[in-house]
Amino acid sequence: MELIEAIRNIAPGATIEEGAIPMVTVAAPQYREVAWKLRNNPELSFDYLICMTGMDWGDSLGVVNLLQSTAHEHKIYLKTFTTNREEPELHTVSDLWETANLNEREVYDFLGIHFINHPDMRRLFLRSDWVGHPLRKDYNADPALNPIRLENDELPDTTPSYEESPDGEIHETRHVIFDGDEYVVNLGPQHPATHGVLHFRVSLDGEIVKKVDVNCGYIHRGIEKMCESLTYPQTLAYTDRLDYLGAHQNRHALCMCIEEALGIEVPERVKYIRTIMDELQRLSSHLLFWSCLCMDMGALTAFLYGFRDREKVLDILETTTGGRLIQNYNVIGGVMDDIHPDSVKKIKELIKYLPPMLKEYNTLYTGNIIAQQRLKHIGILKREDAITYGVTGPTGRASGWSCDVRKHTPYGVYDKVDFKEILYTEGDSFARYLQRLDEIMESLHILEQLVDNIPAGDYAVKTKPIIKLPEGHYFKSVEASRGEFGVYIESRGDKYPYRMKFRSPCLPLVSVVDLLARGGKIADLIAIGGTLDYVVPDVDR
Amino acid sequence: MFDFSVVTHWIDGLLRSFLPEAATIVVECVLIGLCLLVGYALIALALIYAERKICAFFQCRLGPNRVGPYGLCQPFADMFKMLTKEIIEINHVDRFLFNLAPFMVIIASVLAFGCLPFAKGLQVIDFNVGIFFLIAVSSIGIVGILLAGWASNNKYSLIGAMRSGAQMISYELSIGLSIMTLVVFAGTMQITEIVELQNDGWFIFRGHIPAIIAFVIYLVAGTAETNRGPFDLPEAESELTAGYHTEYSGMHFGFFYLAEYLNMFVVSGVASTLFLGGWMPFHVPGWEGFNHVMDYIPSIIWFLGKCAVVMFIIMWFKWTFPRLRIDQLLRLEWKYLVPLNLFNLLLMVVVVVFNLHF
Repeated sequence: MELIEAIRNIAPGATIEEGAIPMVTVAAPQYREVAWKLRNNPELSFDYLICMTGMDWGDSLGVVNLLQSTAHEHKIYLKTFTTNREEPELHTVSDLWETANLNEREVYDFLGIHFINHPDMRRLFLRSDWVGHPLRKDYNADPALNPIRLENDELPDTTPSYEESPDGEIHETRHVIFDGDEYVVNLGPQHPATHGVLHFRVSLDGEIVKKVDVNCGYIHRGIEKMCESLTYPQTLAYTDRLDYLGAHQNRHALCMCIEEALGIEVPERVKYIRTIMDELQRLSSHLLFWSCLCMDMGALTAFLYGFRDREKVLDILETTTGGRLIQNYNVIGGVMDDIHPDSVKKIKELIKYLPPMLKEYNTLYTGNIIAQQRLKHIGILKREDAITYGVTGPTGRASGWSCDVRKHTPYGVYDKVDFKEILYTEGDSFARYLQRLDEIMESLHILEQLVDNIPAGDYAVKTKPIIKLPEGHYFKSVEASRGEFGVYIESRGDKYPYRMKFRSPCLPLVSVVDLLARGGKIADLIAIGGTLDYVVPDVDR
Repeated sequence: MFDFSVVTHWIDGLLRSFLPEAATIVVECVLIGLCLLVGYALIALALIYAERKICAFFQCRLGPNRVGPYGLCQPFADMFKMLTKEIIEINHVDRFLFNLAPFMVIIASVLAFGCLPFAKGLQVIDFNVGIFFLIAVSSIGIVGILLAGWASNNKYSLIGAMRSGAQMISYELSIGLSIMTLVVFAGTMQITEIVELQNDGWFIFRGHIPAIIAFVIYLVAGTAETNRGPFDLPEAESELTAGYHTEYSGMHFGFFYLAEYLNMFVVSGVASTLFLGGWMPFHVPGWEGFNHVMDYIPSIIWFLGKCAVVMFIIMWFKWTFPRLRIDQLLRLEWKYLVPLNLFNLLLMVVVVVFNLHF
């Protein structure tokens, strides 16, 4: 309640709706001022913008920001709206939270809200000639308006920006991204080191990277838009296809969010199984990270060693779920089917098998002088930068930011197991690398404690055939392989979500590439990309 | 020990018996050229097969095993595929230079290949500045690579070519200096003489410390010269896709590919000739019986065997180490290898002047 009092003090005009996470609604003119105070007031210090959701409420357009303070660990929603549907404008908060930079571009892309003073108001995912803004409820989805275009969408070298002059006039200016005489190289969309169809435009001075401009959207599938016309059980299938290396964890988040909204209490056995599966998924993801980083650095043998061991993890997942990459295992109220009788034995074998292999990794790669020189002091991400860019997960923890959702807001059975949250303070590529290797050990440690203690019971509870979420808004996040994966659902009591937003851990990772790679060499850019370990379908959604 | 000059003299005599002088020389040149090209192609294929198998075993794989027994026919299948592939014409390239580049690369490597002493009496050309000639012709290859990168009119290729230029010109220095160390020791640049001098023990043993240092430096610099991992920056796959040969297709790409393997062979051939006695069998002064037994192994097997050992070491490098960054690569050369090399040269001079060698 102190929190609400404090917010009332700084924002007298705001309406505050109490709840597990209070919802602070401010009118558009006060939005920026309140945001600034929330960010800079020492009692509140909301320095981490978890998730920015663009919303269309029918009569008004706006955003819902989920804010967290890393110092005080409290969360609020900050909501604002504008009723002008023709030319919606809001002030930017991208200078308060860097992560808002790409997120506001996303909101502009999907809802057409112009953010005043935002430095770069381009569309983020869709083509520049796309007609309409798809997440608006009055969006015209007629294929004649947006046919499959066969011509190339030229990327401009300038970007529009809507700037407010001191007297309150808003005028459009253009910022230059790349000068005409800069040596701009396209890294991607098809490039071995971007691990997917991601496109960096890199301005080079010889071997030195001067600037990186990220272009997303090559694998944008409009998952959030599709979810609005699907029933809740149907939406589950899409989470596996966001970050396919965190398929279980993503789906876990969505299932928990829906279960919380419905008030379903899942059996203990389900919690154990879900936790075990999450950790197996983390193992497979981190092993893949190791392999791919080594390959990016030119150590091809290491790549195959990593895949050899990841195979064992996939085999375990496969015996239970039948899938290797995309498992479709969690369902609302439990899991699809009980774990395979062999699973426990196989997991125990894996716990014995992996540690010697990790030693081998260390002899082969970690201790190698070339590898160390390529990674140490390269791409240093400071703790403050990690927070303001919202870079969570192993990357954030390698910068010294304690951001493990498993520790801070435990779910599943993470409150019952003993594990360390690994933290490094260096924030360089080598710390990010070691962070993940240590997390593999920690995951094995978690599995060791769980695998013998899976309680008997049902693997799912019965749910109604038609699931309708009570009216309201819900947020749930889990620690996915790459960081905090969150689901924000706004429901109007239908069997379809009114709005479903996925907080992707990889979009912030991509947004720091420019910060980290500037001034480094091309080879450093590859090392930075490798250690950030983004998965492109999760960026684009 | 069998001397191949018997065979060559017999062919020479045979030709001269019914052909005039000039015609004999022309026919001999053609024959030698043919032999070299066939040898070149066969060695390249063998190397491609060996590399694929060796790297597979390093990586817990089987490697090629479907085409022919143990996949032995795989490189032939690859070669025919490469030969029949279309050479794609690319717009916006400098057509003449673009087509010239692979030939420059392959000519440099064939010329260097021709200088190697394969066995006793089996050498194309042997003149008093043989080693000097070898260094000179092997450096032509860099022109080809620079041309390839420049003429492709592709930003990636250009970065690759520039990296390659910086790298090869730098490492040329180390190669030259480490070879010079051995030339100081041998007192001659003639390849046959260098090999003959190692009759009483290979230079790497007789020259002890400076020779071993020179050998290690030569191996490092030689790997860098051939653009192989961990020095494969010019074609760093994860950074530049394929570097200077990104735009090449069909047999033009095949030339770069062949030249890479043959350059590896040339580097190991030179290493064996200078440090490991070339085709000279392993002799220990005083052990007459042992030396005699060693002489029964044909000289060509000695030479190829030594090359194989050196090449295995180079492959081992490649499949173990990650890639260096360009500034680290140049720092290694200019700050460590060159000063060490100069010191080593001085050391060798001292060793030779005061007769401190075996």
